[in-house]
Amino acid sequence: MTDELNEIHSYDVVIIGAGGAGLRAAIEARSLGCTVAIVCKSLLGKAHTVMAEGGIAAALGNVWKEDNWKVHFRDTMRGGKMLNNYRMAELHAKEAPERVLELEEWGALFDRTKDGLILQRDFGGHKYARLAHVGDRTGLELIRTLQQKATSMDIDVFMECKIVKLLKDSSGAVAGALGFWRNSGEFVLFKGKSFILAAGGIGKSWKFTSNSWESTGDGHALAALAGADLIDMEFVQFHPTGMVWPLSVRGLLVTEGVRGDGGILKNSLGKRFMFDYIPEMFAKETADSEEEGDRWYDDKANNRRPPELLPRDEVARSINSEVKAGRGSPHGGVFLDIASRRSPEYIKRRLPSMYHQFKELADVDITKTPMEIGPTCHYVMGGVRVDPDTAASTLEGLFAAGEVAGGMHGSNRLGGNSLSDLVVFGKRAGEHAAKRALGISKEVQIEEAEINLALSEALAPFNRSDGENPFTVQHEIQETMQNLVGIIRNQSELEQAQVEIEKLKTRVSQAGATISSRRFNSAWHTALDLISMITVSESVAKSALIRKESRGGHTREDYPKPDPEFGKINHVVRISNKEMSVVAEPLPQMTPELAEIFKDDVK
Amino acid sequence: MPDLNVKLWRGDENGGELVDYKIEAQEGEVVLDVVHRIQATQAPDLAVRWNCKAGKCGSCSAEINGKPSLMCMTRTNVFEPGQTITITPMKTFPIIRDLVTDVSFNFKMLKQVPALKPKPKEKDGTYRMFQQDIDRGQEFRKCIECFLCQDVCHVIRDHDDNKMHYAGPRLFIRYADLEMHPLDTNDRLDLLQDKMGLGMCNITKCCTEVCPEHIHITDNAIIPLKERVVGDRYDPLAWLGKKIFKKSKTSEKQKV
Repeated sequence: MTDELNEIHSYDVVIIGAGGAGLRAAIEARSLGCTVAIVCKSLLGKAHTVMAEGGIAAALGNVWKEDNWKVHFRDTMRGGKMLNNYRMAELHAKEAPERVLELEEWGALFDRTKDGLILQRDFGGHKYARLAHVGDRTGLELIRTLQQKATSMDIDVFMECKIVKLLKDSSGAVAGALGFWRNSGEFVLFKGKSFILAAGGIGKSWKFTSNSWESTGDGHALAALAGADLIDMEFVQFHPTGMVWPLSVRGLLVTEGVRGDGGILKNSLGKRFMFDYIPEMFAKETADSEEEGDRWYDDKANNRRPPELLPRDEVARSINSEVKAGRGSPHGGVFLDIASRRSPEYIKRRLPSMYHQFKELADVDITKTPMEIGPTCHYVMGGVRVDPDTAASTLEGLFAAGEVAGGMHGSNRLGGNSLSDLVVFGKRAGEHAAKRALGISKEVQIEEAEINLALSEALAPFNRSDGENPFTVQHEIQETMQNLVGIIRNQSELEQAQVEIEKLKTRVSQAGATISSRRFNSAWHTALDLISMITVSESVAKSALIRKESRGGHTREDYPKPDPEFGKINHVVRISNKEMSVVAEPLPQMTPELAEIFKDDVK
Repeated sequence: MPDLNVKLWRGDENGGELVDYKIEAQEGEVVLDVVHRIQATQAPDLAVRWNCKAGKCGSCSAEINGKPSLMCMTRTNVFEPGQTITITPMKTFPIIRDLVTDVSFNFKMLKQVPALKPKPKEKDGTYRMFQQDIDRGQEFRKCIECFLCQDVCHVIRDHDDNKMHYAGPRLFIRYADLEMHPLDTNDRLDLLQDKMGLGMCNITKCCTEVCPEHIHITDNAIIPLKERVVGDRYDPLAWLGKKIFKKSKTSEKQKV
């Protein structure tokens, strides 16, 4: 079998994933003197970060001097329904401004205020206009800036290479990652002293998602299958505004910036319905009339924010309820209207990609007509359990940052907090992975048997050339998760999901690929992606079944309210002896100084 | 709906051919949807590169009926009923398999770009840049690196050996982004003219025509860069300035 493996590389730090978190980690580890490899499934610069639109949240205070890290911290925790790892939310709020300013120093051209500073825009759940942005293509600016910085730093990038397994040394520390080149189908082994997972999200396990093909949950699955803990996997964010028509682009993201810049939501009766859905927790700071909401855009001191800018989970649920009540749009969504609210020039300047996207893909001119939108699977709050300060996972030698890491966002992420998460914890992961690597002098060793086992597992689909079509199985996973573990959940559907997932596990292990050529063999790649997809699907379904409450991205119609007892626990997912278990563990409690920030809140 | 007739190029560096596929048309689809359905139902080993399917990442570049295009942004209803859709890989880059080409040339060229070297911060610790001073740079930074401009550029499309000393339109807008960046202090004009082949572009604007982001590559990037080179090299005052003060005319920029 080892004649299958003809390429081995050794680095101090090996990073899996080249989105915002991976690139930022690489820059940090390299600047501390480590040799660094980035391994990514796509070409450099194509990672899912590129699709982020609205902005990067940081309390820079350029637009509102009143803003500071404490307000950002409070907004983040409340958005996450207090289930966040408080220390991560604290570090994130404190360090985000510095990370944004450093992007500027590396060449990022953010939109400007009249004084020549970085402009900030309004977004859901943020008390002040806080998102640094570039029109509605902020993710592109972020990834390009980091890519250009990393490219100038002597960091080796291995593109279009998929990692299939993490390998450990005799002490149990992660010491290797086996992958294959998508282009050639040849295997490659990366040996390293520290590994950083920065592999993004899991959205591809749902039928309607804003995520690209890469988001198959590889990072989550690699970590869990190697024995690392995952947490909070029941919390999956359905972004309120995805395109619903035409069908081929259903799920494609429509930035929250549309609402931040004045867009409103209407049902088929033309009613601005969000005023009917203001939860008690946010009533104090939400406008109760259209007039007040409209005044808020220009006068934030004397008015409260419109309910269209409630956190995403609230807005997504409200849209779902309107559609269910028969007040939806022709294609099963609701209307997002900015055309009647802002001038065509303003819309085109602030939201150029949205204008372009609707014009080209749906024949809709958003400066003239409302958009039809509905919830779409967007982001997973859950992920690899990490130490908040060092980004270290529960496995020695393995770190995680970005969407693949859990804890930071609690049960629901605020818009704009993802890009800042990437750079804040990307940097921390890079720093601590580098420190660990620099403290290890001896060469890492991996047993040959371990390597051979991983190789044979990866080649298994070729032994089943008459096996089931992996694209069919992929489709079935997506249908199952969409229908049974979607935005609104209940006991019987979740129980049925467990049964379906067990069946799908068998089908995943039987999916095959023909060996016509190993070069860019899509069936083979998909067959291996299925392993990640089914692993994360199982972890979400299992965690969702036992959380008998509604909180953030987890909504149970049979338990429609949050339960204070569930507010005290995280669900921890572990795989041992190929069996996945989910256990409750107590949520870390914040310090009295931080708790003081919430003393006036409605519980 | 009637069936679509699709011809896909299948093969590798040793050669290949157009293969016919017939597939049911569906409303509201783009070409990439059709390719995916062919892959899922008729050709599971078909090689196609894609990511976002939203025109944001620039991965699914190909030539559709001869025109360099993103498959995810080309709707199938732009074709006449019964018209065959022919999809071939980008011609300028070496074939890996089917619709996937080896675009590493572009990444090699990007690695050679001297990085931004920012000037010092203001006294208050900030950088001040005004919107009107970065509008142009933001236009260039819309680039999604689909490399369709590189594909269509006849300097390298028909003359592979030019890749040794010609960076291409994508790179020229990257250089222009840096040259016009309010914070940058590097001067890359000599590099552009002497090593990156700026002079070989004869401004036929093919690149601008295929750009899915509608960046005015020729008018806003390449021509101004050419003018700067001329100003830098042939303006007599600038020449004298360089002789006496050993620096370029227009700025505090330093030659890389």
